[in-house]
Amino acid sequence: MLRIIAVRVVLGLLTLLGVSILIFAATEILPGDVCTAIQGQGATPDTLRVCRIELGLDRPSYVRYTEWFFNALHGDFGLSLTNKRDILKSISPKFVNTLFLAGYAALIAVPLAVGLGILAAINEGKWIDKVANIVSLAAISVPEFFIGYLFILFLAVRNHWFPSLSTVFSDMSFGERVYVTALPAVTLTLLVTAHMLRMTRSSVLAIMSQPYIEMAFLKGLARARVIMVHALPNAAAPIITVIALNLAYLVVGVVVIERVFTYPGVGAFMIDGVSKRDLPVVQAGGLVFAGAFVLLNTVADVLGVLVNPRLRRAKTGT
Amino acid sequence: MINRRYWPTVTAWIGAAIVAAFIVIAIFAPWIAPFGESQSVGETWQPSTNTYWLGTDNIGRDILSRVIYGARTTIGVALVTTVLSFMIGITTGLLAAVGGPAIDQVLSRLVDVILSIPLLIFALIILSMMGSSLITLVLTIAVLDSTRVFRLARSVAQNIVVLEYVEAARLRGEGLPWIIFREILPNALPPMISEFGLRFCFNFLFVAGLSFLGLGIQPPLADWGGMVRENGGAVFGGKAAPLWPALAIALMTVGVNLVVDWILSMNARPSGASAEM
Repeated sequence: MLRIIAVRVVLGLLTLLGVSILIFAATEILPGDVCTAIQGQGATPDTLRVCRIELGLDRPSYVRYTEWFFNALHGDFGLSLTNKRDILKSISPKFVNTLFLAGYAALIAVPLAVGLGILAAINEGKWIDKVANIVSLAAISVPEFFIGYLFILFLAVRNHWFPSLSTVFSDMSFGERVYVTALPAVTLTLLVTAHMLRMTRSSVLAIMSQPYIEMAFLKGLARARVIMVHALPNAAAPIITVIALNLAYLVVGVVVIERVFTYPGVGAFMIDGVSKRDLPVVQAGGLVFAGAFVLLNTVADVLGVLVNPRLRRAKTGT
Repeated sequence: MINRRYWPTVTAWIGAAIVAAFIVIAIFAPWIAPFGESQSVGETWQPSTNTYWLGTDNIGRDILSRVIYGARTTIGVALVTTVLSFMIGITTGLLAAVGGPAIDQVLSRLVDVILSIPLLIFALIILSMMGSSLITLVLTIAVLDSTRVFRLARSVAQNIVVLEYVEAARLRGEGLPWIIFREILPNALPPMISEFGLRFCFNFLFVAGLSFLGLGIQPPLADWGGMVRENGGAVFGGKAAPLWPALAIALMTVGVNLVVDWILSMNARPSGASAEM
């Protein structure tokens, strides 16, 4: 089993390497470079040449990639093109904010979704399952900003229960932070819960149609016992994968939510970089998001191996 | 004999009605809309009145008319993107299944790497380099989305490649294009239909999301995501202006999802993997 886990971790690291190459290459292969992006319409061959030498773009791309990659490993993302500030310094407080928001949403969403998903699967075809199906389908279909603005309009502006802007400061107390970010966190929760619930339900149902479950029923065991003792241990692996996958989705959903609630996170920072065509900022933001995404997927794989009873037995060599 | 199992459910009918209504609105927009697409008709952010049913927007245009015209742009762009994505995805997917292990390995590993980055983040990187013209937008989303189509098309085709009639065509000496498009494609299409609906929903929300972030369809055109962005500020003054285009997006996606849900229930596949990025 250790070997399987080691393979997954190495694969994750390789993916991260591939991702970094891809992010770098995307800015290389596409027509134009940082200099044409900065200068736009006013570029002449001479100004472009000066700019390229200034930024070191005249060196071969593999040299610049290695430099960029190893600097990024040390946490050095370079300077922002628009305001010449150190990107690491501007991104790290925002990273903490985004992590806080995502963690907040995950803390509510995971128990809720898994619980409801199992409940829906147990009661397949009954009213509770149907309600869960329709509500989650609606939540999946609705764009993030619709729920977000709906909350702002009715919970923050018309009734002053919550602040409409989720601006957070570094000297805020934890309780205040939780209160101020409640609306974006609940919006994120709704979206992720819907996905997670549906996927949990279908992975439990997939297990429930296995022959050994039918056998357990034929032995005359109670339904609750069959599900808790026989089905869940085998359903745990797919459910954990589902959780990690959806947390990865949460990482992305956060981009739009941050824009709706003007929350100072990495997503808003990256969008700002994209509209100003500030490539080092975009690359840094992309690396942070892609890194989180790959990390969560790898964790899902490893946990999936750890909790799967069949793979666990392989350890004792029987 | 008509099989009752395939009879559309009530929810499927509702979904189909919503989708049909939006398509009619999109096609006949100039005849339905009370005002022009970019015609300024009154004060900024007026509430709903008898003249302006949904009020006016940030520069005094009639929101109802903009929502009606927006149906054209938003649905149109998402539809073109999805069709393009399927053309790319199916061609490469079938090629990977038929063309031998070397082609398969190259294409599959490339898709693995692309899928290991969230599509939104990837799109942002490309759009920041290329700027967001309509063509860039459609091409970017189509290529990124085709990776999902590729996976499905490849796995469906792999089950077909081993069948006798494909072998027969090979022995007959048919070329690769014939085998791909005449032998495999017609048999691979049915399972792809519900996928088309799901991918459409995804692309639709993706385009709307990018426009909302200001990086999708650009201003003179009316599109639902962009309208939400333009009118976002109104909500803080207690007005519902950005909610109408957002509601249109929600209704359209719910409609398509209801129809897809029914198709999926016939194929008995687990549903609900519609909008993961």
